Amino acid sequence: MTHAFYVLASYGVAAVVILALVIWTVADGRARRRELAELEAAGLRRRSAAPASASTGKTAS
Amino acid sequence: MTESLAIRKFSDLANPTRFLAIAERVLPWLAGLCCLLFALGLTLAFTTEGDYQQGDTVRIMYIHVPAAWLSMMCYSVMALSALGTLVWRHPLADVSHKAAAPLGAAFTLVALVTGSLWGKPMWGTWWVWDARLTSVFILFLMYLGLIALNRAMDDPSRAARVSAVLILVGFVNIPIIKFSVDWWNTLHQPASVIRMGGPTIDAEFLRPLIVMALAFTLLFFTLHIMAIRNEIWRRRVATQRRMAARLAGRGD
Repeated sequence: MTHAFYVLASYGVAAVVILALVIWTVADGRARRRELAELEAAGLRRRSAAPASASTGKTAS
Repeated sequence: MTESLAIRKFSDLANPTRFLAIAERVLPWLAGLCCLLFALGLTLAFTTEGDYQQGDTVRIMYIHVPAAWLSMMCYSVMALSALGTLVWRHPLADVSHKAAAPLGAAFTLVALVTGSLWGKPMWGTWWVWDARLTSVFILFLMYLGLIALNRAMDDPSRAARVSAVLILVGFVNIPIIKFSVDWWNTLHQPASVIRMGGPTIDAEFLRPLIVMALAFTLLFFTLHIMAIRNEIWRRRVATQRRMAARLAGRGD
């Protein structure tokens, strides 16, 4: 392969940046999902997701 | 009747819960198709012929050009979302342009670095302050500025309005990037794929380029939908924490 350094460095940089982006997006999603699950476990739920009787957003626990 | 149906469909998407349900269904398909296209594109990128003049450096084009296209497409998506924020007050529009900014910055960085790595063996220099390179560098700085602005303001709706105005003002840079190679004398070559009169590039190079461009585009939309979903969840967490603090305050 001619100019192997330039070709491989280009693909290497692109792979690192794209993988970092994918890992960051997936990790961010998992962290937010975990936070929501913790809040729900603590008895907090979105008003629209709460039972009709619990209009304050606080569910009976 | 048809129009009202279309408006209702568009309004449905404005509902974050509905968006999350659609995202859940669509994301696995998008991600799977994206991986397939990358596998095909990378195979083609390394099995097709090298250029008779540029040798194997032509393979850099298969990542440089899609990344550069995406850097502009991402900004155009942000500009549409900014219109959604300012004109239609679409509830997901500000989430969309906030989520797209880091993606745009990353693709612009890839375009700049791979362009530089292609420039050194072909032009004899890593960088030159010509119109195309400088305008893309300005685009990169604009993405960084928008990310910083969004993080500097606590109130998401205020940050969204300020960002939307800046995005629309900055959109003037997109036609400048596109036509810089025609308007000024630059080291960068003029357009050879999307141009009047059809592509001037040989089919041997065009095939992997198109497949890689599709793969990059699907990657952008997959990550964008994921980032929008993350931002919706982030805002729900913030709202619920505020609600919990209010309830705790009332209880004291």
